[in-house]
Formats: sequence, structure tokens, C-alpha cells
Amino acid sequence: MLRRNQSYQRVGIPTALLSYIILGAGAVIMVMPFIWMASTACKPPIELNKIPVKWLPDNPVCGDNLDLLYDNSPRFNRYLLNSALLTIGRTLGQLVTCSLAAYGFARYRFPGRNIIFALCLALLMVPFQAILIPEWMLLKRLNWLNTFQGLIIPGTFSAFALFLLRQAFMQIPIEIEEAAVIDGANPLQVLWNVTLPLSGPALAAFAVITVQAAWNEFLYPLAIANTPDTRVVTIGISLLQGERRTPWNIIMMGSLLATLPMLMMFLLLQRYFIAGISASGVKR
Amino acid sequence: MVASVFSSALKLLGTTPLSRRKAMWGMALVAPNVLGLMFFFGIPVLIAFWTAFQDWNGIKPAQYAGFEKFELMQDDPYFETSLKNTIVLTLYTVPAGTVLALGAAVLLNQPLRGRSFFRTLYFLPVVTSTVAASVVWTWIFQPRYGIVNSWLEPLGYGETKWLTDPDYILVPIAAVAIWQRLGFNIVLFLAGLQAVPSILHEAATIDGANRWQRFLHVTLPMLSPTTFLVVVLGIISSFQIFDQIYVMTSRYVPGGVRHSASTLAYYLYERAFTGSDFGYGSAIALVLFGLILLVTVIQLSLQRFWVYYESNEG
Repeated sequence: MLRRNQSYQRVGIPTALLSYIILGAGAVIMVMPFIWMASTACKPPIELNKIPVKWLPDNPVCGDNLDLLYDNSPRFNRYLLNSALLTIGRTLGQLVTCSLAAYGFARYRFPGRNIIFALCLALLMVPFQAILIPEWMLLKRLNWLNTFQGLIIPGTFSAFALFLLRQAFMQIPIEIEEAAVIDGANPLQVLWNVTLPLSGPALAAFAVITVQAAWNEFLYPLAIANTPDTRVVTIGISLLQGERRTPWNIIMMGSLLATLPMLMMFLLLQRYFIAGISASGVKR
Repeated sequence: MVASVFSSALKLLGTTPLSRRKAMWGMALVAPNVLGLMFFFGIPVLIAFWTAFQDWNGIKPAQYAGFEKFELMQDDPYFETSLKNTIVLTLYTVPAGTVLALGAAVLLNQPLRGRSFFRTLYFLPVVTSTVAASVVWTWIFQPRYGIVNSWLEPLGYGETKWLTDPDYILVPIAAVAIWQRLGFNIVLFLAGLQAVPSILHEAATIDGANRWQRFLHVTLPMLSPTTFLVVVLGIISSFQIFDQIYVMTSRYVPGGVRHSASTLAYYLYERAFTGSDFGYGSAIALVLFGLILLVTVIQLSLQRFWVYYESNEG
């Protein structure tokens, strides 16, 4: 696009200053809980109940508090691992089922295609809470309650990812795929060798959104798989929190461990997050 | 006979062998996801309409209960509280969340140094788990040693029992919801702002419009599709607030004193999974579903009237 001298856009010093002050104040409120979380996680018990509030611990005891977390919640690593399993399983599963389906819907004609696609999209309008109880009943019938297949498999099918990937695949010039077909590639080979490699940014956006949602999932695992072996880390934290005798520094240490992976992923892959969020917003 | 059915089914797939083959491929490709979706999500939607009319404690066989569960709602004060709280939380979170995000997005849309840094900071809560966020905010709103009350101390509100007093309990819950959603709304607004054609601003400037007038008469009208989207998505998501309520009240009185923090989403979970009344839980779920459907229908019918859509041109 042509860059012109857009005089209306020029920001004078007073406006810029005022903007910075407002944005800065907002940013402080947005970031304050993270600082408070990290700072509390490293405080010794005596410093928890200090008034006025201490923003930084006088005697940081991060390591001790980490040990205390495992005293309070011996299976916390197990919960972290379960969250990782849920996240990886769901993301890889959706990648397979949804990219196949998205490719089928984007490139192939078959009877009932539009109706089936519309039905899938209609599922997006159903709030999860509305089907939580029937979902529980279904998994109970399958004997999948409190199992890893119950935790992971239903989430490997997604209407949202289907929609997102179909949009991305449709933007690839069909001529490139046709060239591969003429060279004798079957549809799966075309998808794997041509379409997927050309959809990098869309796949990355899909992946970060799915990973983030799966790692932070709470209600579904709470209802479906709340046992010591299958618990995910969000449930682990809420259990710590529910016990009134768990001190705040321990709870904050647990929250910090659960939050850090997503914060780091976000800082590294920020633009894919933004792209994914914009796509999900435009869609829903 | 069988052969003719078979051949007409084959015709449906396509008239040439090639198109038939492509149709088969298409169906094979979509089958895993479509069947999975229908099995794990489509069937539960159908079951949802059935369980709402059953009496079932999760163990004994279900019994048909007719509209009993819906009648139960009418004299259940906790249901009334939950319904009211669902609406009140929406009123707390959506207008504030929308206006704050719009303001931040307008500021961030200026050519300021370091604006991507601010955008990053505003977005951090979006990627944080609601559970972890709720835990931290519970600590922030803790009555004796929490930050909020230490700030309110000089104003004489230093003793407010945010998470146990029914009059205040929705405030911290709404605060977390607004805080967590702000970055998401800002991203949507920024995308909307960038789509406003600069020529309109130039024309308005030539006509002598100042910054505020341009905001009022150019930016806001051009942004109406985005605003509409932010509001509708905000309403739908506020109807589904659950994690905050569950986590922030679990340390004190789950669901709040006299269910003062309960919403439909929370109450249906509680009735079904701790109260073992799956029929009642399902009936509440249907009410929630109906409310969200209503918002969606209003969205689809209203947007034609007052939202200004620009044609696709840069």
C-alpha cells in the first residue's frame, strides 16, 4: 500500500503524552496480577500478611515454596503431565481429523456436502455447558469417565478448527494442487505435500489457539476426569485453593507453574495468537 | 431392484467415473471429523432435550418427569438468583469491557512508539488460564491482606468482604472476566480500526473536523460491525462464565452465600454433579441454551438494520 503523508494521523506531543499515561495505567492493571502472583510465590509465610502490601519479597524463598507445593500436592507433576497429554493429544488429533475434513470440504464435491458442513457449523452455536450433562452420560455409557480416552478423544473433533483450516485451504490456488494431481499424487499426498506446507501460518494460528484452550480447560475435565490419576493442572490448582489451610504462597507457586508455559508460548508466537484470535472472532 | 437402487445411488455420486471417484474421496476425507463431531457433540445435543424431561440421579434408571423440572424452577429461589446473576454479570462485564477495549484500541491505533509492547501486555491475560487468573484475583480481593482492600483503606472501604458478602461478590467475578477478555476485544477493535479507509479521515479533516468529531462521525460508524461483534460475543461468553465462580468461591462458600455468585452455568453444574439431579441440571442447561440462541437470533436479525457494512474495497 502506498504510504502517504497522513497529516490527520500525526500525533502531537500532548496527545502522545496523554495516550502514554492512559495506556501505561491500563498496562499496570493488566500486568499487576502476574507480578503479584510471582512475588507471592516467592514469599516466606511471615511476609504474606504484611500491611502495607509488599510488592517484592524481602527474603525470596522460591525454591522452598516449590518444595512446599509438592508437600501440599504430591501429585502436582502428574497433573502437569496430564495437562500436557490432553494438550498434545487434542492438538494432534484435531490436526489430523480437521485438516482431512477441511480439505474434503474445500476441494471435493459430494452429495450433501453443504448440509453436512452447515450442520458442523451449527454445533459452534451450542454452548458447551448445554451439552455437558449429556456428554457425561455418553462417556459414562462408554465407560470412559475418568479415563484418558474420555479426557482426550472427544476433543479431537472440532467444528472450529474445521472452519479455520477450510478457509485457509480455499485460499491456496487450486492450480498448484492440480499440478500435483497430474503428476500422479493421490488426495492424501496432495494434502500432505502441497496444501499443508502452503498453509503454515494458518496451521500455526490453529495450533496455538488449540494448545492454549486445551491447557487452560477446566469444566470439561472437572466433570469427566476428576481422579488423582487423570486430573489436569487447572483442577490441581483449584483443589489447592479450595483448602482454606493452603497458604497463598503455595497456591501462587502452583498457579505460576501452570501459567508460565502459556505465557512463554505467547511471547514466542505472538503473531499467530493474534491471527488466530482475529479469525476466531470474525467467525463466531 | 437392488441393482437399480444401487445404480441410482451411484448416479447421485456423479455421472462420470472420475466425478464419482472424487465424491468418494471427499466423503472419506470428511468422515472421521464429521462422524466424531456428530457422535460426541451432535448426539449430546439431542440427548439434552431428553434428559431435561427426566428424573435421574445418575445411578438409578431415569424416569419420565414431564415438565416437572421446569415447574421446579418457578419456585426455586436459587434458580431465580442464578438467572438474575447471569444477566447482572452481563451488564457488569459487556458495556465496561467494550468501552475500555474501544478506548485502548483507539489509543493503540495511533502511530506511537512502543504500541506493540502495550498490545502484548494487554493480551497476556487472554492466554492465561481462567483458573489461575481467578486464584490470583481471589488473593488480590482477599479481605484482610489483599491489595484491593489495602488500596481502599484510605477511602474507608478497607473491610469489604468481596467474596463472602452477597452484595459485592459479583464485583470481583466481573473484574476477572473484564480483565481477561479485554485483550481479545482490543484485537478485534484494532482489526476493525485498520479497516477504516483513510480517505474518510482525510476528507473529514479537509472539512475541518477535529479529532473528536472524526472519532464520533467517522470512526464510530465505520466500526459498528466490530462493536456489534464484540458486544454479541461478550454477551455469549458472559452467559457461560463458570471457572471464575467455581474457583473464587470454593475457598469460602461454594457458589457464594445463598448462591449469591451462582449463574445458570454454575447452578446447572452444581445441581447435576454435586446435587445428583441430572434432570434439573439439564432443564437449566436448556434455559441457558435458549438464552444464547435468543441472543444469536437477535444478532442475525438486528445487524441488517443498524450495522454499517463497507463494501470490500481498500
